[in-house]
Amino acid sequence: MKVTYFPGCTLKNKAKDLDRYARECAEILGITLEEAENWQCCGGVFTTAGDEIATKLSSVRVLKAAKEKGEALVTVCSACHNVVKQTNYAMQNDRSFADKVNRYMADEEPYNGETQIYHYLELLRDVVGFDKLREKVVNPLKGKKIGAYYGCLLLRPGKVMGLDDPENPTVMEELIRALGAEPVVFANRNECCGGYVFAENPELAKKKSTAVLSNAKANGADMVITACPLCKYNLQKSASDVPVVYFTELLAEALGVKESCNE
Amino acid sequence: MNKKMLAEEIIRISGTDPKKCMKCGKCSGSCPAYDDMEYHPHQFVSMIINGNVDPLMVSESVYSCLTCFACAERCPRGVEPAKLIEAVRLFKLREKGKNRMSAEDVSAFCDADMPQQAIVSAFRKYAK
Amino acid sequence: MQRIGVFVCWCGSNIAGTVDVKQVAKALENEPGVVYSTDYQYMCSQAGQDMIVNAVKEHRLTGIVVCSCSPRMHEQTFRKTAAKAGLNPYMVEIANIREQCSWVHKDMIVGTEKAIILGKAAVAKVNLNAPLTPGESPVTKRALVIGGGIAGIQTALDIADAGFEVDIVEKKPTIGGKMAQLDKTFPTLDCAACILTPKMVDVAQHEKIRVFSFSEVSEVSGFVGNFEVTIKKKARYVKEDICTGCGACVDKCPVKKVPNEFNLGMDNRKAIYIPFAQAVPKVATIDPNACNMLKAGKCGVCSKVCTAGAIDYTQKDELVTEKYGAIVVATGFEPISMEKFDEYAYSQSKDVITSLEFERLTNAAGPTQGKLLRPSDLKHPEKIVFVQCVGSRCASCAEKGKEYCSKICCMYTAKHAMLTRDKYPDTDVTVFYIDVRTPGKNFDEFYRRATEDYGVKYIKGMVGKIVPEGDKLHVQGSDLIANEQVHIDADLVVLAAAIEPDKSARPLATMLTASMDTNDFFTEAHPKLRPVESPTAGVFLSGACQGPKDIPETVSQAGAAAAKVIGLLAKDKLLGNPCVASSDENMCNGCSSCANVCPYGAITYEDKEFRMPDRTIQVRRIAKVNPAVCQGCGCCTVTCPSGAMDLRGFTNSQIMAEVDAICK
Repeated sequence: MKVTYFPGCTLKNKAKDLDRYARECAEILGITLEEAENWQCCGGVFTTAGDEIATKLSSVRVLKAAKEKGEALVTVCSACHNVVKQTNYAMQNDRSFADKVNRYMADEEPYNGETQIYHYLELLRDVVGFDKLREKVVNPLKGKKIGAYYGCLLLRPGKVMGLDDPENPTVMEELIRALGAEPVVFANRNECCGGYVFAENPELAKKKSTAVLSNAKANGADMVITACPLCKYNLQKSASDVPVVYFTELLAEALGVKESCNE
Repeated sequence: MNKKMLAEEIIRISGTDPKKCMKCGKCSGSCPAYDDMEYHPHQFVSMIINGNVDPLMVSESVYSCLTCFACAERCPRGVEPAKLIEAVRLFKLREKGKNRMSAEDVSAFCDADMPQQAIVSAFRKYAK
Repeated sequence: MQRIGVFVCWCGSNIAGTVDVKQVAKALENEPGVVYSTDYQYMCSQAGQDMIVNAVKEHRLTGIVVCSCSPRMHEQTFRKTAAKAGLNPYMVEIANIREQCSWVHKDMIVGTEKAIILGKAAVAKVNLNAPLTPGESPVTKRALVIGGGIAGIQTALDIADAGFEVDIVEKKPTIGGKMAQLDKTFPTLDCAACILTPKMVDVAQHEKIRVFSFSEVSEVSGFVGNFEVTIKKKARYVKEDICTGCGACVDKCPVKKVPNEFNLGMDNRKAIYIPFAQAVPKVATIDPNACNMLKAGKCGVCSKVCTAGAIDYTQKDELVTEKYGAIVVATGFEPISMEKFDEYAYSQSKDVITSLEFERLTNAAGPTQGKLLRPSDLKHPEKIVFVQCVGSRCASCAEKGKEYCSKICCMYTAKHAMLTRDKYPDTDVTVFYIDVRTPGKNFDEFYRRATEDYGVKYIKGMVGKIVPEGDKLHVQGSDLIANEQVHIDADLVVLAAAIEPDKSARPLATMLTASMDTNDFFTEAHPKLRPVESPTAGVFLSGACQGPKDIPETVSQAGAAAAKVIGLLAKDKLLGNPCVASSDENMCNGCSSCANVCPYGAITYEDKEFRMPDRTIQVRRIAKVNPAVCQGCGCCTVTCPSGAMDLRGFTNSQIMAEVDAICK
């Protein structure tokens, strides 16, 4: 199976790990992530105002590119995923917004939210299936107690993202289980890490990230996984000593390709 | 723009209906940035309903909102206070010369580990 | 040709405010068949009715048109008036110029014009009316009560005390319902078991009451006075009539770790069990999903220890069919699942519980023998936080929870908080509330005692997040009066979960053709004036199946439903509705379209011989309507492709005449 892949700016740069492992593991699972051509940055955050058009066009373009190829669109970064999915939802449900966007891009074919979007985690759950993933594991991560940190962007707004129950998500816990490790559920897994506010108020960001990791640690996690480069950055700057890694790194380790990815 | 028109404009930009609020305070019970805000999520909603938007326009609170959407997700009435706060923030930033952050500021907070996404997000939140 | 009288009502200013009633009366005077037309301030009053009776005599009227309110309001009144004057009651037609005219128009000219048109339509119809006579049907003098909680118990006792037979169908192994699980009851704090169990015993001992426990209604047919109901008695693998309830089987059963439903899974029961000590009937039941004998054919201990020989592993579900004159729905409520509200960590911590679980924790017959110990480590909780309105008062756009107020939570939370402080004064108790709603007798006084006499802290605000960490629950909420975010490290959190109708209510409503609202509460025939009757004749409502209710309200409604049932069963015969469908056998082609759409199963087919013009005999399949079952809905008449089906009182020609009059 071939899908259109939107890596986003961070995965091309500071979060190369997240990208490399994701592609390699997808191949093992029978899915080729084919990078969209000429993609542009998603903008990092979705502006909720309905009258903001220009900031959402890059998402619409990559959605259209996937539609033209008749493929699903896959993202790995939580922020990209949030922006692209929210934009697609607006294109489906907000008529006046969609009209304005399509008029703005008058020379191009109109788009009305037809593309199916998967976060990489959804791809694992809904397309590959965790049972099949389990069969492919060569290095089960036995004995590891891992906390899944979702943050905000993967889950909220729940109605739009539709990825999981926004208050009681299970997809990453199921992934951890499929890889042979033990998931540690902690309540702060869907509380904010501080996000972009570090630029304005680093103390607030640090406080939030510390609360996340100390809650994970108190519930017995030796490690925390995330899908978001900004979450990882904030969590690592906190006052906690719990290691934070991308979920794709764990996946690569269990599938036995972590070393080859780094060659 | 008079007070009433300003409130209406904020509501229009937000796309949400503050009148649905039943004043339960679950937004402010959820907010992770509560202590760093002068006006809290439930106050945003009630001040906008009452057309009392001026204090919000000069408050620093709008820049503390993390847009984590916890208030919106948990609101039992579907009011989504985060969207109202975003609307106030946008209204301010859209005024000429009212950018909160400029390219020169980046070096002050940037470090070697900082993901590109962080800088892009900050610009979208603090500048136009 | 009819001689029609027209009577235009002012309804005070309700109609006369927007409709020129004099002009309406005058305009209708010239309609075909009309020989008399007048107006009056209150046509439904005694003077107004006398006016109609006198006019019938004086002008030898054969038909009457009353231009007034909705026929739902006063059609019966004016039919009786006509009967008093010696007319057939079905020669009366109502033109609704209030709800459908004066109340929806503001302009006198427009309103008057529309009222005249509506009056003309009614006159056109009366011209084609024919006298109708209702049939009679006998009444089966027995009632069925579905649900054996306090609502069903009270209704059954009241009906039985009036001398009629009653059957209770209860899906659980015992009657008692939610009230049997409660500890104390507000606002007087009497023990629930002390006031409920004597009633349960009364039910068991009443010679007029039969209890079908562990049973469900599986089919309903028939109509008011003559229902036929199939009851499925689920296999309990214990012969109910032989079991003495001694409990020897329960003691010896080796399967010990089955979650105990009665204690909401907070402790375990055996595979064979009696839900609680005062169960009615006090009979054991085997859980087939847990019993080794039923699952694998190995064990048989209960059978060996039962001296009465009551165990029967071969028992099967049994169907019983009974006839009833009236059916009372008393299916009650359930707290909603906390699954969608995991910001409160219900799935993550055993120490986040619902209020019903709290009842069991404080009940002497509960999992902790009434000592308030938290479920995780059985320690006494020193700090307790109560959260009200969890899942209640949610807008539909919020996509979780219920839109309505669950009504009982404010009071039981005050009760829980007060009782905790009374028994354990060292305990710190905080209640988060949006509003405290206490509109009942002695209710607000009760709530005030919780704060003033017992020192319960009430915080106006809502909890946003609960984070279990170590042996504490970090509670983060808002205090709107102090304008602060508060953080409390609690040992136990109690969620006042919204309540919803029992899941069995929806399929039951379908069987009964009884209507429900969007929340699956049964709809009453009139929200104010007929609150215990369903719009479906012969079906009555008792308790929380109709809407959230506390015990005093439930018991009042249960008694009211019983009074309505008694009123029905006291009659020997019921007059039917003569406005039923009938098929013209000469036109019917037996296509089955009508039977396929009939919601009441009133249409059957028979083969009938027809003598043809050429003297041959032809056998044709034709539709027959059972007038006792037909409710006159008219589905069949609009479906019939050959025009054979017609509805008396609303014939095709009458309706066309009305349409013509309106379009003229």
